Amino acid sequence: MSGSETFLGGAVTVALGLLCLSFLVTVYRVVRGPTLPDRIVALDMLVAVALGFIAVIGIRTGITLYIDVAIALGLVGFLATVAFARFVLSRGSYREKNAAEGETAPSNPEVKL
Amino acid sequence: MQIIFATMSRLFFVLMIGVSLFMLFRGHNEPGGGFIGGLIAALGFALLAMARGVETARRALVVHPVALMGSGLLLAFVSGLPGLLSDRSFLTHWWTEIGSTHLGTATTFDIGVYCVVVGGVLCLVFRLYEGIEQ
Repeated sequence: MSGSETFLGGAVTVALGLLCLSFLVTVYRVVRGPTLPDRIVALDMLVAVALGFIAVIGIRTGITLYIDVAIALGLVGFLATVAFARFVLSRGSYREKNAAEGETAPSNPEVKL
Repeated sequence: MQIIFATMSRLFFVLMIGVSLFMLFRGHNEPGGGFIGGLIAALGFALLAMARGVETARRALVVHPVALMGSGLLLAFVSGLPGLLSDRSFLTHWWTEIGSTHLGTATTFDIGVYCVVVGGVLCLVFRLYEGIEQ
């Protein structure tokens, strides 16, 4: 094995370790994240981490087909985030409307979806 | 408020339709095909509906989703008929070779599947978004 291949193998291993670390940290944010927007951003981040995993595994196995998978995931991965953002927007206006009408929405700080 | 999203949605819409057609035609020899291509195209239309309203997306689709679904089914059915003439078995495809490109009635079947998937998914998605908009 030449020097460059050894370096590439080491870099791939380090990248996999860092991706695992960021995956765990992001999952912690999804589970913990005090508000709904925090969780949505964390889910978007999970898509990015999955993209990184696919790319690194593509390099490791030498199967270039993984790059196509990554491209397709990158194209559609943000849609869930956009839909969630729409949901948060409409929920915010719903709350404002209720507050204007003088109704107190059942606000339980522990249960926020 | 949504200027950036509405502007980028046009770009992404074109990009997704392009990728879906690429997926449709590469499904011949490599991973891909009518189903995946149809899903990506439907997501492109869903993005347009989310960013600029369902009415815009319906106009971009030109035909009604159910009509697209039906014509896709018809196309997929018709693509199986030539096999009845040659081999007396339904869905046995005809193949020709033009240069290095293999062509066959299987592509017609795939295009039919593409139309069915786009129509079916958009049927659902448009009604869903119209419910949200009200």
